[in-house]
Amino acid sequence: MTVLTMPAQPAQDIKLRPVPWRRMAWVTWRQHRPTLISLPAVLGAVAVFLWIAGLKIHHDYAVLTACHPFSSNACQTLNSNFNSTDWTMANTINIFMNLTPALIGAFAGASVLARELETGTYRYAWTQGFGRERWTIAKLALLAVAVTAAAGAFSQVFVWFFQPFLAQEDLTVFSATVFATHGIAFAAWTLVAFAIGAFAGMLIRRIVPAMAATLAAYTGLALATWLFLREHYPLALVTSNPNIGGIGSFNVNDPWVLSTWYTGPGGKPASQSTLNQIFALFPNNGAPRVKETLAQEFAQHGITVWFRYIPVSRFWPMQFVEAGWLLALSVLLIAATVWLVRRRAA
Amino acid sequence: MNVIETSGLGKRYGRTWALRECTLAVPAGHLTALVGPNGAGKTTLMNMCVGLAVPTAGTASVLGGQPAGSPAALDGIAFVAQDAPLYKNLSAGDMLHLTRNLNRGFDRPYAQARLAELGIPLKKKAGKLSGGQQAQLALTLALARRPRLLILDEPLAMLDPLARQDFMATVMTAMADDGVSVLLSSHALAELERVADYLILLSRGQLRVAGEVDDLLASHRVLTGPAAESDEYAGQFRVIQARRAAAQAHLLVRADGTDPDSGPVPPGWEAHPISLEELVMAYLRAPGDAELPGPSLTQHNEPTEVAR
Repeated sequence: MTVLTMPAQPAQDIKLRPVPWRRMAWVTWRQHRPTLISLPAVLGAVAVFLWIAGLKIHHDYAVLTACHPFSSNACQTLNSNFNSTDWTMANTINIFMNLTPALIGAFAGASVLARELETGTYRYAWTQGFGRERWTIAKLALLAVAVTAAAGAFSQVFVWFFQPFLAQEDLTVFSATVFATHGIAFAAWTLVAFAIGAFAGMLIRRIVPAMAATLAAYTGLALATWLFLREHYPLALVTSNPNIGGIGSFNVNDPWVLSTWYTGPGGKPASQSTLNQIFALFPNNGAPRVKETLAQEFAQHGITVWFRYIPVSRFWPMQFVEAGWLLALSVLLIAATVWLVRRRAA
Repeated sequence: MNVIETSGLGKRYGRTWALRECTLAVPAGHLTALVGPNGAGKTTLMNMCVGLAVPTAGTASVLGGQPAGSPAALDGIAFVAQDAPLYKNLSAGDMLHLTRNLNRGFDRPYAQARLAELGIPLKKKAGKLSGGQQAQLALTLALARRPRLLILDEPLAMLDPLARQDFMATVMTAMADDGVSVLLSSHALAELERVADYLILLSRGQLRVAGEVDDLLASHRVLTGPAAESDEYAGQFRVIQARRAAAQAHLLVRADGTDPDSGPVPPGWEAHPISLEELVMAYLRAPGDAELPGPSLTQHNEPTEVAR
C-alpha cells in the first residue's frame, strides 16, 4: 500500500523562535555609528565650551550682584558689560539651543529610513529573518533613547550656563525660549524631533526633502506650542490677590499671568464705562490725576481684579505636562512609522 | 512541496497593472528561470513572493503554504534584489556580521570560506568591491543563511561573462549540496538555457508559460511543409506561431499531453524538436493568450508520495 500524505510543512509545525531583540543593538550601533559618535561628540564639545564660558559668566554675575551701591558708575559699567558682552554670546547660544532639536531630528531622524529607501538597501534589510516591523521598532527605539539621553544631559549643562541671565535679562522659566530648553523639555523636544524625522523619512522616502519637512514640521509645532498650547496646560490658578507679582515690574520669580479681568459689585463683570473712567485717571504717560492708587480707585468702585496665572512653583508640573504630551506624540509618530513600514511596501 | 504558489495574483501601481491574474505552482528542487522582457512584471512577482510588495489581488504563498512575508517565510527564503543592494560603507566582514545578527541561522565558516575563495577581503568596504564581487558577496550572504528557497532578481545583469559563470557555479553547487530551490529572473534567456529546468515566462504583466522545461520542449514541435498547405493544417493544430517563406511554412505547434513524436504529421510535412530559446521567443511574439499552456496547479498540488 502506498501512503499518501500532504506535503510536509515543517515551518508551521516547528514554533519559530524569533531572532532575539538584542541582536539589533549591534546592528543599530554599526549602521548608525556616525550619528551615535558624532552627536555626543558635538554636544560634548559644546558642553565643555559652555562650562568654560559659564565659569566666567557666573564669576561676572557674582561680582555684579555683590556690587554696591548699584547706581554707582563702577556698578553700572559692570552691568552694561554683562548685558552686552556676556548676554550677546548667551543669547546667540540660546537661539541655537532652540534650533538644536530640529537639527537633530533632521540629521539623525530623517535619514534612518529615507536612506534605506533611497539607496534600495531596504530590499536587503526587510527580507532578513528578523522581520521588518521588529527591525524598525528596535532601530528607532534604540536611536530615540540614545538621542534623547544625549540631549537631556547636554541641556543640564546649558541650564547651569544660562541661569545668571534669567534674573539679569528680565526672563523667567516660563519665557518662551527658556521653558523649552530647561528641565526635561529639551530632551522631550529632541525626542519628538527625531520621531518627526523618522516619520517624514518613511513617508517621503528621500533624505533631503524629508529633512526639510522635519525642520518645517518641528518649527510649526514649536511655534504652536509657544503661542497657543502651553498656556492651556491645566495648571493655571485664579486669584484676586494683587500680590502675585508679574504686573508692571520684572522679577525672576514672577508668575506667568495668562489673563486679567474685572468684576463689579456682586461678582458680575465690571461695566466697561466705569473701567474706562478709572483708567482715564491713570494715563500711560504723565502723572495720575488723583491722589489714590489704582487699587484704591478699584476698591472705591467695588471692582475686583482677577488674575489667571501659573506660579513659578509650578515649573516642574508644567515641564511634566509638556514632556508628557511630547512623549505621547513621539510614541504615536514612531508607531505610525512602523505602520507605514508594514503597510507601504515597495 | 511547492516553493511558490500564487493564485490570481495581481499588483497595480496607480492605474497600471504590473502583474495580473498570475496563477503559479513551482515545485521544490528546481532552478526556475523567470524570464520576460523589461517591464514584464518579474520584479513585481518576486517582491510579492518575498513580502516586499503587497498584492492588489490574489494571494502568494511560499515554502509549502507559508504566507509570503510571514516570519516563517522570511526565515526560509534568501532574496538578493536587483543590483545586489549592500550597505556601501560597511566592510564585507561587517555585512557578514550584520546578516548573522539579522537571522536565526547563519553559517559563518561557510561565508568566510567562500569570501576567501573568491578573494574578497573582509576589511574592504562593500561599496569599493567590483560589481562581480558585490554580487558574489550578496549571494554568499544569502546562501550562508541556509535558505530553502533562494530568489535572485537579475543577478547576472551587472556581471561580465566570466563572473556570470562563477556566480552560476556557486548557485549550482548550493543546489547540489543543500537541495536549495532557486528562482532566478533574467531578461535574457541564453545564459539560463542550460541550467534552468523550470520556466516561467512573463510578458506585459501576464503569465505566458509556466512549466518544467522538459515537458515544455516535449509538447512543442515545429512542422515544416509546403506553404500552400499551411492554412489548411493550421486549423488542425494549436499553432503558436506560423512563419511562411516563399515555398515553405514553419508552424510551431503544441501537442498537449501526447507524445509529440507520435502526433499526426500531415503527409509531405516534417516535424522537428524546438529549442527553449525558440519556444520563449515564439510565446513572447504570440499575440493572443488562447494558446497558452495553462499553469499546472492541480498537477503539483496533489498529494505527493513520501519517501518510504
